[in-house]
Parts: sequence; C-alpha cells; structure tokens
Amino acid sequence: MALILRILLILLTLCLATTHELNKEEFHEELLLKPLSDRKILSHFHFRHTLPDVTHSHHSLFPKAVFQLVQKFRVRELELSFTQGRWNYERWGGYDPLSSSNAKPPGVELWAIFDVPQHEVDASWKNLTHTLSGLFCASINFLESSTEYSAPEWGSQQSSGKLRYGALPREAVCTENLTPWLKLLPCRDKAGLAALMDRPSIYRGYYHSQRLHLTSSEFGAVGSTTGIVLDQTLTLVLQPDKETGSMYSGSSIYQPNWSMSSLFGREVGGKCVLAESSTVFVLLEGGLVSTLKNTWREKEGHEADNIVVENSWSNPNFELSIPPNKVIEEVTTLHKNPSILYEYSVEDSEASKPFDLEFRWKNPVAWSSPKAPLSASRFLTGSGNERGAIAISLESSGRKDEKPQSLGDFVEKMRVSPSEDKVSPGVMEMILRLPCAVNSAALTIDFDKGFLHIDEYPPDANQGFDIPSAIVSFPDFQTKIDFLVGNSSKKSPMISKLQESRNIQSYTEVLLVPLTTPDFSMPYNVITITCTVFALYFGSLLNALRRRVAEEERHQREIAAKKTVRFPLLFKLLAMLRGQTWEQPPSQSSTSTSLINTKIVIKVIIVAGIAAGWQYYYG
Amino acid sequence: MGLWKWTWASILLRLILIYFPHNLLNLSSRPELSTPLTSLRRLAEGYWLKQSSMSPYAGSMYHGSPILLSLLGPLTVIRIEGLPPQILCSLVFVIADFATAMLIRAIGRNLKVACSRKFNSLNLGKVVDNPDFLPAGDIAALVYLWNPFTIFTCVGSSTSPIENFLILLTLYGACKRLPPLAAFGWVISSHVALYPAILIIPVIFLLGYGPDSPPRKLFLEKNLTKTGDDILLKQSAKPTYFSWKSVVLFVLWASIFASCVLFLCGLYVKEYGGIHEMIQRTYGFMLTVEDLSPNIGVLWYFFAEVFDFFRYFFLIVFHVNILFMLLPLAIRLNHRPCFLAFVYIAISSILKSYPSVGDSALYLGLLSLFVNELADMQFSFFLFSGYVGVSLLSPVMHNLWIWRGTGNANFYFATAMAYACFQIVLVVESVNAILNHDRKIRKLCTTTT
Repeated sequence: MALILRILLILLTLCLATTHELNKEEFHEELLLKPLSDRKILSHFHFRHTLPDVTHSHHSLFPKAVFQLVQKFRVRELELSFTQGRWNYERWGGYDPLSSSNAKPPGVELWAIFDVPQHEVDASWKNLTHTLSGLFCASINFLESSTEYSAPEWGSQQSSGKLRYGALPREAVCTENLTPWLKLLPCRDKAGLAALMDRPSIYRGYYHSQRLHLTSSEFGAVGSTTGIVLDQTLTLVLQPDKETGSMYSGSSIYQPNWSMSSLFGREVGGKCVLAESSTVFVLLEGGLVSTLKNTWREKEGHEADNIVVENSWSNPNFELSIPPNKVIEEVTTLHKNPSILYEYSVEDSEASKPFDLEFRWKNPVAWSSPKAPLSASRFLTGSGNERGAIAISLESSGRKDEKPQSLGDFVEKMRVSPSEDKVSPGVMEMILRLPCAVNSAALTIDFDKGFLHIDEYPPDANQGFDIPSAIVSFPDFQTKIDFLVGNSSKKSPMISKLQESRNIQSYTEVLLVPLTTPDFSMPYNVITITCTVFALYFGSLLNALRRRVAEEERHQREIAAKKTVRFPLLFKLLAMLRGQTWEQPPSQSSTSTSLINTKIVIKVIIVAGIAAGWQYYYG
Repeated sequence: MGLWKWTWASILLRLILIYFPHNLLNLSSRPELSTPLTSLRRLAEGYWLKQSSMSPYAGSMYHGSPILLSLLGPLTVIRIEGLPPQILCSLVFVIADFATAMLIRAIGRNLKVACSRKFNSLNLGKVVDNPDFLPAGDIAALVYLWNPFTIFTCVGSSTSPIENFLILLTLYGACKRLPPLAAFGWVISSHVALYPAILIIPVIFLLGYGPDSPPRKLFLEKNLTKTGDDILLKQSAKPTYFSWKSVVLFVLWASIFASCVLFLCGLYVKEYGGIHEMIQRTYGFMLTVEDLSPNIGVLWYFFAEVFDFFRYFFLIVFHVNILFMLLPLAIRLNHRPCFLAFVYIAISSILKSYPSVGDSALYLGLLSLFVNELADMQFSFFLFSGYVGVSLLSPVMHNLWIWRGTGNANFYFATAMAYACFQIVLVVESVNAILNHDRKIRKLCTTTT
C-alpha cells in the first residue's frame, strides 16, 4: 500500500514537474551597451517576463499588479514610457531598431489596445489610466480627460478603433517613477543587472527613457502561445567621465574609454538568481565597424575582412577588458556594413569578482550613425495671441534648392478628426507618398487660439500649453539587425527584439503654445461692473417708459406751486429756528406727526417684544 | 438725384476696398467685425468639412445655419485668377448692403406716406408738409450705406449684411402688409440669427395696425370732440381697426416657412446627428456663450470670469433681460411698430452673446428713419463722440492685449463696457425722445381743437 502511495506521489510530483516545465514563467535580464558617435554611451536595459499560462492566478515571478491589470481591463497591448530629454536623431541614429523602438517623446506616453467591445473602450482607458497612475506614482490620470487622448487609426498598428493614445509632455520623470518600475522585477535593484541603476548616475545622463511594454495573447488569440509578455526597458544615454576617457586629449576626435563602473558608479555583483539568463552585450554599429576595418587596413596593410570574427576582442583599435563569450556578426544582404555584437554572460562571474566590463580605445575614430530617410521637426509660426500655425518640416539629409510644389499632390490619404472645444483634441493623420527627388517638405496647420474660463487655465497659466509630439513613421522603410545565431530555440529576448522587423519611427519636438490669459484677480469686479451696467439699462429704460404725460404735467404744476410756497416755508423754518411760533401753525400736521410718533413707538415696542421673546425661547 | 450719386459712390468704395488692400487691415479676423457666428472663414471651414463628408459642425468651428452654408459655401471655394479670394462672397455682401439700403428707403417712404395721412386726419398736415420735414427714408439709406461700421462689416467677410438684409425684409414686408414676405423674412432671419425672433411683436403690430402713427387715443379723442353727443354711435362706426386677417395669414405663412426650413435643415444634417445636433450647435452655442473669445459685447469676459456654479443663473438673467423688456416696450410703443422694432434690435445687439458692429450698423440705420421724430433727442453729440471714441480705442486696446502683450484683458473689456453704456444711453434717450414727441403731438392736437 505504502509503495503504491509512494509511486503515486512520485508520479504526481513528476506530473507537476513536467507541467511546471511547460508553463514555466521566465525572466531574462539583459544590458546592451553601444558607443555613440558623439562620445556618449547608450545603455539599454531589457528585462523580460513571460507568463505562458494565464489560467492560474498564482505566479512565482510575474508581477501580480500587472497581471491583474491585464485581466481587469482586458488589455491586448500596452506601452507606457517615462522619458526625460530628447533623443538626438541626428547623432544617436534614427535608422536602427534601437532608436525606432526606444526613442520616445519627453514626458509620459501611453497607448493601449483593448480587447473589449467598442463602446467600453473609453471607460477601460479611463480606469487603466487611474490604475497606472497609482502604480507608477505619476499623474497619468490626467489622460483620463477626453481632451488628452485620441484614437489614431494609422499611427502604429492596425487596431480597428480599439487603440487609445495619450501623452503628457510636461510630466517630470524622477526616481519616484523608477522605484515602482523596479518593484516589478523579481530581484528589484538588489541583484543582477538592475543593481547598476545608481540613481544619481542614471539621472545625470542626456536621455532617460523608462518603458513598460506588455503584450497579451490571452483573449481569443490564435496561434500564439506566449500568454503575457512584459518587457521593461530602460534606455540611457550617458557621458563617460572625462578624466578616465582623456587618452587622446591632444586629438580632436577621440572616443572616451569607459567601463561599467565608471558609467554607473556601481558594478554587477552577479546575476539575479531568479533570472533565466543575464547577459551583457556590446554593440558596434555598422558605420563604426567599417571605420575600424579601414583604419586597420591602413595600418597593417593587409586584407582584413575577417578580422572581427577571427580575433574578435583584441584588435589594434580598441580593447575589451574581458573576452566575450560569443561574437555575433550581422548578416547583411547588400553592401551595408555588418554590425557586431559581443555577448557576455554574467552568470560566469562569481560574487567575489564583480563583473565590470571595460572598453578602451587605442586609436581615435569617427563615424556617423545612420539617419532616418527624412528628419522631421516641428515648430510654431505666427506672432500674437490670436492665431498661429504649426509647421512640420521634413528634410532629407542631402539638401538642395528646388522649385516648390504643392504638398497636396503627394497626400495619399488623410484623416482628420477636428478638435471640439473642451471635449476632444484635434487629430490629423496623413499618409504622404513623396518621390525620392523631394528634399524637403513642409506642412502648416493654422489654428485659432482659444480663450478659456479662468478655472481651466493651469496654475502657471502664462507658461503656455504643451502640444504632444507628432509621430512620423516610414512604413516603407523597415529596420532590423539579423544576427547569425545558430540555435534559435534559446534566443535571447534582446536579439529577437533586434531581429524583429520594424517601421522606422521618430517623434518631433514638443511645442509650447502661449495663450492669452484673462485677469485672474478680476471675477468680483467684472461681475459687479457688468451687473451695474445691466441694472442701468433696465432701470433707466423702465423709468423712461413709466413716465406719463398727465403725471408729468402734475409734476410741473407741483414745481410751479412749490416755487410760490418755498418762501413761506423758508420763513417758517427761520421762525422756528428763532424760537418763535408761526402765525398759522397747521394743526393737522402737528396731530399727524404725533400720530406718526405714537405709531412708530408702538411698532418699535412690538418689534422689540418679538425680538426679546425670540431671544428668550430660542436663544 | 443726390441719393443715387451717393449710393453708387458708396458701392464703388466697397468694391475698391474689396479689391485692393484686403489683407492690409486684416479685417476678416477683427473681433469687432466677425463673431464666431458670422465669420466667413468659419463658414468656409464648415463647408470644407461638409465636402469631406464630415458634419459641418464638427470641430466647433461653424455655428451658423445650414441654409447659409449651402448658399454661401460653394462661393467660398471659387477662386478667380487675379482677384482676392472669396470675391464672390464679398460681392454678395455688397449686393445685400445695397438691397438693405433700398429696403430702408422704401420703409421710410412708406412711413412718410402713412404719417402724412394720419396727420391730415388730425388736421396737423402742416407739420408734415413743412419743408423742414426731412425725407427720412433717403437719409436713413445713406446713413446705412455710409456708416463706417457697415462698410467695414461688408468688406470684412462677415455674414452680418445678409442677416441685416433678412431683418429689413421682414420689416418691409410687414410695412407693405405682405404677410408672406414678412413671414419669410422673419422665419429665415430668426433661423439664421435667433434674436430677430423677438421681432414678431412689431411685425404683428405692423400688420395689424399699419405703420407708425401718433397714439391711437388721439384719433378717438378727435372723433369724440367732433361728434359731441352720440359717442357710442361714432365709436362703433370707427373703431381702432386691427386687421386680424393679415396677422392670421402671417402666422400661417410663418408656420409653413418654418416647417420648410426645418425640413430642409433636417435633410441637410441628416447624416450628422440630425436636427437636434444642429440646434445644439447653433442655438445652444448662442445661448450658452461657449466661445469666450473677445468681442465688443460684455458677456465673453463675464463668463470667462464668473464662478462656474453661477454660470447658468447669469445666462438666464442676461437672456431674460432681453425678454423682460419686450412687454413694457410693446405696451408703450404699440402705435409705433417700426420704432419698436428698432428698439428691439438695439437691445438685442447690446445683450446678445456675440455682438458685432454689423448689428450696430443696422440699428443706426433704422434710427435715422426717425430723424424727424427724434430731432429733440438729448446727448446726441455726446453719443456720437462716444461711438467714435470707442471704435477708435477698441482696436488699440485689442492690439495692446493680444498682439503686443503690454495691456491686459481689462483694457479691452473697459472699451466694451463703455460701448455697452453708450448703446444703453442711446436706446433710453431715443425712447424718451419718441415719447416726448408723442406728447408734443398731443399738445398740438389739443391746441388746434
């Protein structure tokens, strides 16, 4: 009996183990470091949670808050980013998967696709903003107001009207937003790569974008078995310390040396034990690799096409302090230069010897990053506070003058949802098909500046109102980096993300529109003055209508009579002043005055009595 | 002869102003000339929206009537090479101005004929046949045509000339006792601008009693003194005649036209929320003062500043202010329906939610129909200087506030306040003067008998 029981138990555990193996929650942590052409370093943290089985509500790794959020609001896809600083498309690249997916507009940007009936989408969005607001300690709840969000149709994905997009350009991003974001990680920032996130050094950078992207295929999805995938990325552009990097201070083009400890002020003690993989990549982009090859070719004088693969980490141009576990080269089709990826696994390092990668340049190099087909910038035109225009200019890198042509010829499709005052924002979506010969295109949209009620102005009304960035995407231009990875079953999330084919996308500047303000201290004055004028109108007009001819004439006669009587009255007054009695004292008047006096006295007594009674009984 | 010369001259001036420095003064965007309801720019926007199969009322840009949109809309998009844009609309406005002036002239003549007949029956014919008795119709037409307010409104791409024309069409139809014409004008003008709806009272008086005359009581007294003893007989023989027939006809025609207009509008906005949406976007927009952009009225600043929980209270108060005055004025001035119409138009142009100088141009034109009656008006020089001063100061203050940023909203509001005060004084004084005039006639009557 006992044996059977034991066998059963073993079987059960086996079963459990297998099911667990199948529906295992996974967590990957990765860090990508990439030198940028303007002597800055891009560091891109990527943490991925996968939850294949969403039927159970018990999870070991996946953050419960996010799971509940997905369940409750039936979110198909969601992306939330907190960004400080502006991505420099000219220098940091605009034509690679990293910039297309990670360059975000300043402030908070949120978009979500819901899996609910059409009429419930807005309600779900409002609830979602409130939940996220509480989750990330940010004022995302301002996106609840219908003036702050919109439903674009062509912007990013086909979503059949269930996409909502909102942005808060003025939202300041700081540690209070990072801490709840880190709380979603199983090791927080205590271990693993997240331990590098030293607050002063990451907020010192030029660009800081913290992003949360989740995809769920739970609701009626076919084919996909991924469940919920939660990607958390933190993209930083940091400037290495000048002191450590001033190797070629005499030369104008040198790249600073850097190490992970000099960038972040911390080291990686080891991997997060809960993570499936913990990897650090160093990416050298195609332009840099070709420059390196050229310099080597000049120096060594021999053909060196395969150098990178053969002698990967020690070459005459730069030096990596630790040999990489793997070197992966991009598979290129055309005569494009391949990018190179050096891969390090953090799990090999022990706690006694922290992982600290150092990158030292031996020769000065200069290269440039690939740019987007057209660079977009947006600005305001016009002066005064009555009206203005938003201008968007698209320019290709090689500029030459040509005869201007109407942009209307190139508009393939346009969708406008006009703004309603205080109800909804205006959204304009345009698909332009520009011929290759076009070097610059400009688009202007006129607008009238509105006048709001004093309560509708923000506290710092004279600063103006922010207009969120415009999104420019190039659907015909796709970008991806295909890496030669042998075993695709155990692909790292970062590499699979880089290999995904994406549209080139960029954001324009945030605009600040100053609006005229009324005088905020005036409500009482305005109300009283206006009401006085209205009273003047009503009173004087009614008075003019009320007057009657007969009355007037009687009035005239009275005046005429008074003229004759006035003198006797005067004499009477004088006489009274002198203490004499008037010849004909009208007896009637004296009786009437005495009557009046007694009446008044009685009234006063009655009122006083009532008051006293009131006071006595209720006081 | 002089009249026609001056008329053509004024039309020529308009054409020159339309053709030449159209963008010099940027008249079409002046808040004094074009309000959210009358701006032609907004109408063009609404037409564009309609053409791209969207509701013309989407985007809180257009708030006018679908009829204007379908009549003027196609004209806004036609461009003629070498001529300024929207020249056809401007030409329509010039024609409307001319037609309005002609209607004013016709009304003036009609008033004069009626007046001399009435005076003759009172044995006061010498007052009218006096060479000092001015041809009020011609004067009023010229005042209307040469008023700078009218000229700038006409040139400044605003639909006010058409509204003014419709209002005068109503009055003309009523003066001539043509119920269909009066009903047509009244329905369309009320549909386009809402406030002319209050003109139904003077129109009914006009149709019922005929044009302005001295108080009816005078005729009764006259009859009384003439006949002496058999009062009862005379009164029944010649009662104060009120022609119910034309009033009933007017009501019938008005209901026919109103149902036509509603039907056409419903057809026009059928796919875009129907008639309810249209009423919400036009009349609702007028009555709730949603647009707080500055204009020459006082309500914009009031509702920009007033506390939210008082908003509806004050909306009711301000609109009731117009309505409350209707009855006392109608009782007191029922023998002078044209003058009553003038007072109503003036009051509504003071208190309406989006006034423009086009409304002032209309009532100033009507005012000069009564030059003879209002000869003894007080403060006329003061009022004239006030109008001139305000119309010079208001653009300056607007510029200081909006464009230079050196002034603030209170500067502009002060001129609006002063303007409202001057208009109020004008209305009150003209009512006073007309009542005094009636008293004078009465006195004359009693002295002659």
